[in-house]
Amino acid sequence: MRVKFLSLFTALLIVLVACSSGGSQDEVTEIDFWFPVAVGGDVAKIVDGLVADFEKENPDIKVNPRYGGSYAETMTQVMASVQGGNPPELAVLFSIDLFTLLENDVIEEMTPQFDEEYFNDFYDAFMANSKIGDQVWSLPFQRSTIVLYYNKDAFEEAGLDPEAPPETWDELVEYSKKLTVNGGKDQWGLEIPSTGYQYWMFQALALQTESNIMSEDGKETYFDAPHAKEAMQFYLDLSKKHKVMPEGTIEWATVPSDFLSGRTAMMYHTTGNLTNVKQNAEFDFGVAYLPANNQYGSPTGGGNIYLFKDLPEENKEAAIKFMKFLTDPERVAQWSIDTGYVATRESAYETDKLKEYVEEFPQAIIAREQLEYADSELATYQNGEVQKIFNDAIQSILTGKSSVDEGMEKAQQEAEKVLEPFQD
Amino acid sequence: MAIKQNAPRRKLSFSFKQNMFAYLLLFPSFIFLSLFTFYPTLKSIHLSFYSGPMTRLQYSGLEQYKEVFTDDIFRKVMLNNIIFVIGTVPTSLFLAMYLAIWLNKKMAGSALLRTSFFYPTVIPLIAVANIWLFIYTPQYGLLEKFLNAFGADGSNWLGSQSTVMIAMIIMIIWKDTGFFMIFYLAGLQNLPKDVYEAAMIEGAKPFQIFRHITFPLLMPTTLFVMIVAITNAFKNVDHLYIMTKGGPDNASNLLLYHIYEVAFTNWDLGKAAVLTVVLIIVLLGVTAFNYLFLDKKIHY
Repeated sequence: MRVKFLSLFTALLIVLVACSSGGSQDEVTEIDFWFPVAVGGDVAKIVDGLVADFEKENPDIKVNPRYGGSYAETMTQVMASVQGGNPPELAVLFSIDLFTLLENDVIEEMTPQFDEEYFNDFYDAFMANSKIGDQVWSLPFQRSTIVLYYNKDAFEEAGLDPEAPPETWDELVEYSKKLTVNGGKDQWGLEIPSTGYQYWMFQALALQTESNIMSEDGKETYFDAPHAKEAMQFYLDLSKKHKVMPEGTIEWATVPSDFLSGRTAMMYHTTGNLTNVKQNAEFDFGVAYLPANNQYGSPTGGGNIYLFKDLPEENKEAAIKFMKFLTDPERVAQWSIDTGYVATRESAYETDKLKEYVEEFPQAIIAREQLEYADSELATYQNGEVQKIFNDAIQSILTGKSSVDEGMEKAQQEAEKVLEPFQD
Repeated sequence: MAIKQNAPRRKLSFSFKQNMFAYLLLFPSFIFLSLFTFYPTLKSIHLSFYSGPMTRLQYSGLEQYKEVFTDDIFRKVMLNNIIFVIGTVPTSLFLAMYLAIWLNKKMAGSALLRTSFFYPTVIPLIAVANIWLFIYTPQYGLLEKFLNAFGADGSNWLGSQSTVMIAMIIMIIWKDTGFFMIFYLAGLQNLPKDVYEAAMIEGAKPFQIFRHITFPLLMPTTLFVMIVAITNAFKNVDHLYIMTKGGPDNASNLLLYHIYEVAFTNWDLGKAAVLTVVLIIVLLGVTAFNYLFLDKKIHY
């Protein structure tokens, strides 16, 4: 009996070992491509389509598209595979994860792989998160910015001109009041999400008031600056004082569904949701610049493609080929049409495809025009921790746990402590 | 005398043979336990004395422990976890026992009832979280609709610091009670019939029967279920990911989710290791307390 068991066990071991050393394939280079999905719609399906097209053109390369969940989940899986000694070739990760990726020394510089002309075609506002000095570390891919979506039918019902969205904070409040039906039970005037990316929404308000909330080198934050406090006060007043927005925190993912089902007449959300809204809205909707306080403003957001380190030469070449394929102007145009993300290259807007699309669907051009007033997303050293500190502060203020002054000052002190080791 | 001397030796050689076989059978499990439990545990303990960025970890001794224990978020998270345990464990144990005694009777439809109470247990926590997310949604969630029917107003259950914890506790009780009920049902069916017959003859009232027979005899089951329930309260975090991300402002954050945040959002592996050590100690503590202390007070 024991002999039988032992031989069985040995057989099992042999099978296990045999499985793990699987046969290598002839001539075909395989590359892994991780990507997240942070917006509604069929992004995963679109990526599969792109991969299939690429493989048809390059039969000697096999791309394994790996859907990683949210941005954070994708990052976790990529870092885990890097730590396990099996880095992917390419991954789409937050553009602001650059500092973290550099800290951990896992990505390859892109500057030598492309010529300067190639980089220059990308919008500056997007390249800002890719560059450190003259070194380029990533290619803008699924980039977005925040815009105002509004329900034209609801505007008409409230006696507002559906072609004239609010342009200032005062108008925003005034319109929202008219659009709030039955104290919000039937319809809210406005929803600005406050889970997941509340720091990003907040940045829009701060940029509209005066300027950004961190320094360009990622070593300082300005959470307790007067303009930041003013912006925070407005964020809070929308629900507390003006009663045009639900109280407490508002879930990032349910805001678009609220908008689509008519629970809110206006929403602040990423342009990444444009196609989702277009396909699912049963009413006429408009897209507009975010209303200004003293000026227009919106942060950019979204993800870039990163190339990983320590790859065999042929994998690296295949990966660069695939990156070029993905950022080809025609494809960037198609990607923007399919997903709603802002096209990242100027030449993409010159393609017939995108020109026609913009003509029939003018909402799509708003985001690009707003880029002129756009600034970079909150990116600092120890970005995850600084973000968490600030996100918590925003929620604690919005839920009434601390006052604007208290919350913002505490966040600033904590962020300073985290960033202290990086001051020189 | 001679017999006495020989007996242990014979027993030893006998048990060695038998033990060898047992160890051999246990060996595969031992490999997996070592790989996925013992090694990570030791590694976490080791890592907890280091701090700094992922690629440049430096030895820092107990420095990090001090930092963690004075950290506001850590304290809030531990407090949340304690509240979570107190909120979920006694209630779900009580309900489970109540349901089990009720459904243990032979009556029409008891099989259907047992199935429906057990049903939430089969659903993955992620799915449960999505269902309850809809229930708690302000404006058009089920709970809001239900309250509106009575003319009451709901609130933003998950978006408000004062209600988010209780909302989570209710959800977990809903999910876990059926699971514990099954253990109690099994326990009840193993209880000796003659004791009950004797009690009947003596004319004991139902509550007396429960108080003096059923409850004490169920104690081994209770002990087991309690360990499962308390450790679950530290392990169940999937719902946080779906419903609140630990927010608003950490009001619903629990230890395991906090570890996830620290490790994979902040990439602070050293601090995450410290928190993991705390979690391991808590779980070991709970189990040890139950087996070493409570176990002695129970009749088997």
